[in-house]
Amino acid sequence: MTEDGIRCDGRRVDQLRNISIKVGVLKNANGSAYIEFGKNKILAGVFGPRDVHPKHMADQDTGILRCRYHMSPFSVTERKNPAPSRREIEISKVLKEALQPALILKDFPRTVVDVFVEVLQADGGSRCAALDAAAVALADAGIPMRDMVSACAAGKVADRIVLDVNNEEDQEGQADMPVAIMPNMGKVTLMQLDGILTPEEYKTCLQTAIAGCRTVYEVQRRALVEKYFESGAH
Amino acid sequence: MTSAILDKLRTDKMLDLLKQGRRLDGRALEEMRPLEIETGVIPKANGSARVRLGNTEVITGVKVQPDKPFPDLGDKGILICTAEILPLADPHVEPGPPNEDVIELARVVDRGIRETEMIDLHQLVLVENKSVVGIFIDSSVIDSAGNLFDACSYASVAAVLSSTIPKYEIKDDAPTLVEGVTSKPPVKTLPVSVTMARIGDYIIVDPTKDEEACMDARITITTNSQGNICALQKGGENGFTVEQLLKCSELALSVGTKIRKRFEQLM
Repeated sequence: MTEDGIRCDGRRVDQLRNISIKVGVLKNANGSAYIEFGKNKILAGVFGPRDVHPKHMADQDTGILRCRYHMSPFSVTERKNPAPSRREIEISKVLKEALQPALILKDFPRTVVDVFVEVLQADGGSRCAALDAAAVALADAGIPMRDMVSACAAGKVADRIVLDVNNEEDQEGQADMPVAIMPNMGKVTLMQLDGILTPEEYKTCLQTAIAGCRTVYEVQRRALVEKYFESGAH
Repeated sequence: MTSAILDKLRTDKMLDLLKQGRRLDGRALEEMRPLEIETGVIPKANGSARVRLGNTEVITGVKVQPDKPFPDLGDKGILICTAEILPLADPHVEPGPPNEDVIELARVVDRGIRETEMIDLHQLVLVENKSVVGIFIDSSVIDSAGNLFDACSYASVAAVLSSTIPKYEIKDDAPTLVEGVTSKPPVKTLPVSVTMARIGDYIIVDPTKDEEACMDARITITTNSQGNICALQKGGENGFTVEQLLKCSELALSVGTKIRKRFEQLM
């Protein structure tokens, strides 16, 4: 990073990478979205509410949510084994828990909403980008939601708190903190941290990430407005 | 339907008590259950510990053995931390591959020890890029009564502190054990994880299994001896406000300091 805080990819410390989201990119899914978040390229597809298989997973009081985060073998420099890794299973779990508070599934007992996320190309912050796409895909599928879920990471690179750590920065970075919020309800629904922060830096990092989430929210909102209002599709 | 009603009753009862600043087992909101740490319980391991946190019980063993370094980390020894919930620990656990809860448990415990840089892995190199010493920290939950994150984390830290590292030398191009020479592990800092649950607007420390069943969300924060926040994992099916997250970080530091004193006694 340069003296005046310009980062290896030319961004300022408080600047996100370029984000574009397309809604309704898959024909078979009930809802879908494609996000490009910097060099991340991620597809999300939503199915349901539909019958639960295996049946014993069904809940007679509410619909349930399942989430699968998966990276394509060609998504990273070294080929990734296509079998789900422990990292992917953990991320699937935290993504599910990040989306769950936003969904209202009480009206669909004994059903499941499946969210499938495929990382076609990964470049740091893929879990946040995946979550951003998944939340938009859920809205596209018409699943009742209390709020959007918007995610973005902040971190510590070269002793400074920066927004949206990319892959190159993450390799050398001192800390990485992915965060997701429900922007209108003001609740943090995903949060993790790797790396060492003082209590003061922790606070700044959290606030920086949340500010990033709010910017992401605008992009998500615009993507949905574009499909449902401006194109006159509905 | 029965279970949904019971869950509701239990949550209502719990919230009633929390309003009065109390919990089902009589603890204060920010109080940990009694913590017992016993080390050296498995003499065949290089280090071991048995930890009881209330009715939760974990046994951790440390094994030290020569290994090849990871391709991109040739200047560091290997650290691997696992955790499993044995079928004898809980009527709902069945033998078989780990589910997502167990994988999260193992990864959160690993992250706490790795990200605080508890062990100076640079000191475990025999020949750079070729041969290193690996430290394997394996935790088994043998009785499951809530907050497995902290129980496994404390047992892992205690097992490492109690361990002795055998000496290896390169002979004929292969790492060979030097009999009778051991050293203390290269410990730089003491990680302490503190797991908290949010029930309604209340934050409680060290949730029991009943409290975990009622909680809205969970957070595990690991701090180091210098008072920094080094690893964090939010879990559970709801969220936290920013104020709650800041409160949790303060609690992790203050409660963590007390637990860290227990580890210092083991050094």
